[in-house]
Amino acid sequence: MISPALPLLLAAVLAGAGTYGVLARRHLVLVVVGVELLLAAAGMLLVMAGQLWPDPLASGQVLTLFVITVAAAEVVVALAVVLALYRSHGHLDATRPAAREPAAGSRPGSGDDVVAGER
Amino acid sequence: MTGLEVLFAAVGLLTAASAVLAVTAHRVLHAALWLVVALGGVAGCYLVLGAELVALVQLLVYVGAVVVLVLFALMLTREGVAAVDTAGPQRLLAGLVALAATVLLGTVLVAALGADRVPVTGASNTEVGAQLLGTWVWPFELLSLLLLAALVAAVAVATHRPPEAGEQVEHPEAELPAPDAETVGEQR
Repeated sequence: MISPALPLLLAAVLAGAGTYGVLARRHLVLVVVGVELLLAAAGMLLVMAGQLWPDPLASGQVLTLFVITVAAAEVVVALAVVLALYRSHGHLDATRPAAREPAAGSRPGSGDDVVAGER
Repeated sequence: MTGLEVLFAAVGLLTAASAVLAVTAHRVLHAALWLVVALGGVAGCYLVLGAELVALVQLLVYVGAVVVLVLFALMLTREGVAAVDTAGPQRLLAGLVALAATVLLGTVLVAALGADRVPVTGASNTEVGAQLLGTWVWPFELLSLLLLAALVAAVAVATHRPPEAGEQVEHPEAELPAPDAETVGEQR
């Protein structure tokens, strides 16, 4: 026996933390971290509903597996976009517009930074 | 409080605290490591609720692959930004929105569902497996296609570069291993 209030409150706190992470972070990777917390809140709600009010299709657990899979695909694409942004802009600041002009002569400097970060 | 509630409250407090720390830490690496604790705690909560399969998949996919991917992205883009948080007024506003979301979700959900205790009688692992490969088999296969498309798209996006900066060719091997680990985790 468990009170449904505990998982519900945990899901609410996770959703609130994820919302704060998406809105208050300027580092793009940390925005992705906030999105992960939001998806964890959704999974918590699904698992709680599936375990406390079960149905014959086991949809709570199965849909949580689907959410985890979609989250994995989402984070792969999101981080690839973040890498491409870092390579083209030279920074990951969501509040700063493009610091380096794409056509300016500072492009080789940006490329050197990326090489130093990769090796 | 029943024993299950005490257990869930302990794991849930750990999860909530580390989730808050993950979005408020001042260093990006600390935030990523608190995310590991938060997602591991979510897996622990699934375990307490009796969903062992989901808990293990959560551990495999999130802690094993997603967080490693986040750490890889942090390492590949290090010193990309000096400050990780936005300016004070926006942070205050974001805190207010987050608090409002938490209070709204918490009160509505608890008022709707949290009245009295219910037994934990979820589907067993056998039932979940049978349903996953029975009723849900087409969405399941579609998700494998989605993962494949995401993997290809990630490689394509991450290795694409403007024509004037085409002197680095060794990048793809830095991006490939993590999506591979994820598909391996998903197929279990």
